[in-house]
Amino acid sequence: MTDLALEHPIEGDITVPGAPDDESDELSTLDEPVVITVKRDLKAVGIKFFHVLWPKQSKTLLREWDLWGPLILCILLGMMLQGSSADDNSDGGPQFAEVFVIVTGGAIIVTLNSQLLGGTISFFQSVCVLGYCVLPLNVALIVCRLVLLAPEQTTALFVIRFAIVFVGFVWSTFASMAFLADSQPINRKALAVYPICLFYFIIGWMILSHTHS
Amino acid sequence: MDTRESWYGGPDSGKHPREESAVIDLGTLDDDDSSTGGSEGFTRKSPPGSQYGDEEKSTGEFVGSSAANLVWLAGKQQAQKAFNLYGNIDILRPYFDVEPKDVIDRLIHSFIPQKVTGTPQKVFGELYGPLMVIFTLVAIILMGMKSSGHVVREGTLMGTAFGVCFGYWIFASCLIFMLAYVCNTHITLLQVLSLTGYSLSSHCIVLFVTTVLHSTESHYLFYLLWLSVGGMAVLKMVTVYVSRTSGKSQKLMLAGLVVSLHLFFMLYLHFAYHNVAEVPGVVKEPVIHHPVVPDRLERDIQLDSKLSNSANDAVQEVIRKVAPKHVEAVDEIEAVHPNVVVPDSDAVRDAAVVNDDNPVQDALKDTISNIDNAQLNAPIDKLVDQVKENDA
Repeated sequence: MTDLALEHPIEGDITVPGAPDDESDELSTLDEPVVITVKRDLKAVGIKFFHVLWPKQSKTLLREWDLWGPLILCILLGMMLQGSSADDNSDGGPQFAEVFVIVTGGAIIVTLNSQLLGGTISFFQSVCVLGYCVLPLNVALIVCRLVLLAPEQTTALFVIRFAIVFVGFVWSTFASMAFLADSQPINRKALAVYPICLFYFIIGWMILSHTHS
Repeated sequence: MDTRESWYGGPDSGKHPREESAVIDLGTLDDDDSSTGGSEGFTRKSPPGSQYGDEEKSTGEFVGSSAANLVWLAGKQQAQKAFNLYGNIDILRPYFDVEPKDVIDRLIHSFIPQKVTGTPQKVFGELYGPLMVIFTLVAIILMGMKSSGHVVREGTLMGTAFGVCFGYWIFASCLIFMLAYVCNTHITLLQVLSLTGYSLSSHCIVLFVTTVLHSTESHYLFYLLWLSVGGMAVLKMVTVYVSRTSGKSQKLMLAGLVVSLHLFFMLYLHFAYHNVAEVPGVVKEPVIHHPVVPDRLERDIQLDSKLSNSANDAVQEVIRKVAPKHVEAVDEIEAVHPNVVVPDSDAVRDAAVVNDDNPVQDALKDTISNIDNAQLNAPIDKLVDQVKENDA
């Protein structure tokens, strides 16, 4: 009895009742070639990316959560926001760590906030959703970098970059709301949404203010 | 019992090999056939001809693994207990039990001081509002730091912003609570945290407006907002504390502390992290002292005078080297530039005499070509003309 209590101490369910039971597959995946494992994981990540870009009421992100996508996106964001070493010494090393800390720390803080407000999903599910929903901002960053390749940066180009980042910010917020809002009590959705907005706002601001090539 | 003692490697472990067998009495084993070292409880020497050799090997492994399992479970239980005690976020749940309209109401009322009556003013103790205000302040400070090119040598911008905001919130709240405790104010730490947190919304507004509307005159705007917005927020806090304290001097002390902490923090945030106002006309670049002044602006007069002084020094250096030949010129120049010093060394005089072409003019021209400043060429040209007149 004690063992059972120890084995199930956390609140909330990672699995949704009625989901396919894949425990029998876990044992068999140990012997399969690495290529197949990587392909399967990449496919799972790809499906989740698709769900983020086309957000609809879906439980895929919550049911089969993983942290590969957030890790890939976080590293991509950090690498692209890294200043070159020729710049003044505020850019360079700390930039990557700064982005990493902001994304992971921010996701943790927002998750804790959602849980304290009475959310019904578990910690890692929330971190998974918030991490995956950084994808639109990543896409915005890539487009901004392409815009920054232009020889002269005019006000019009800045307005274009602002518009792109704004669209990415709204998309990210909307996508995360589609997945997370249902887990909050109806009258407190705004309280949970505000920190998510702030989180993506800070990331968007970092993308917009990054003008070094 | 004997078997357990021997398993722990007591002094008799070597003497009774038969008793050094299993820790757990498995019942079916024959102890006569087992022998083991004291502290090496898992090594087995299977006696020759023993029919239980393999079983004892597996018994040893089983014993080892079950002991390890026991240790693991015990450790896990301890960790779980510690986590449930200290890491349980349910402790904080009551402080996040708010509705959105409550938060908005409290934000608005943090700028509206209420008249002090005999009854203590109501203060809601919650942590959601203050935390969100602080995160917003962190975001605004980051914006300000990035837009003004603030450089942090040790650490990151994010760490600095977080440290400053959270540090102030907790430190100021603790300080105010300590003084409130000494002054016998009827207020709890949670209420103090809540009040201080909500009052930081004035910092958010002031810093946001000054970051967005920064200009050369931004100090006036900042001071105006500092007094009006910051003043209203601090007045609200002061009325709350005064209504809950008895005794005039205690009220004064507490009010003084609250006002000074609140207003000085706003001053600090503006001047420490908002460099644009400090260097007018230069955005995102440090001031570089070189003689290139493309647009002469009134506020750069000081810069110009510094540059002219440095150019003068260069010219004087040149004149100093060849001065003895053109002593009259030097005198005239000395009249114009009283800082010129005429050296007495013979070597310099000889060098000046040997050179027949006009070294002063050449040196001056070299200096002019090195100094790329149209504004300073006029006095130098004047000098050159004076020297030419002296030559003629």
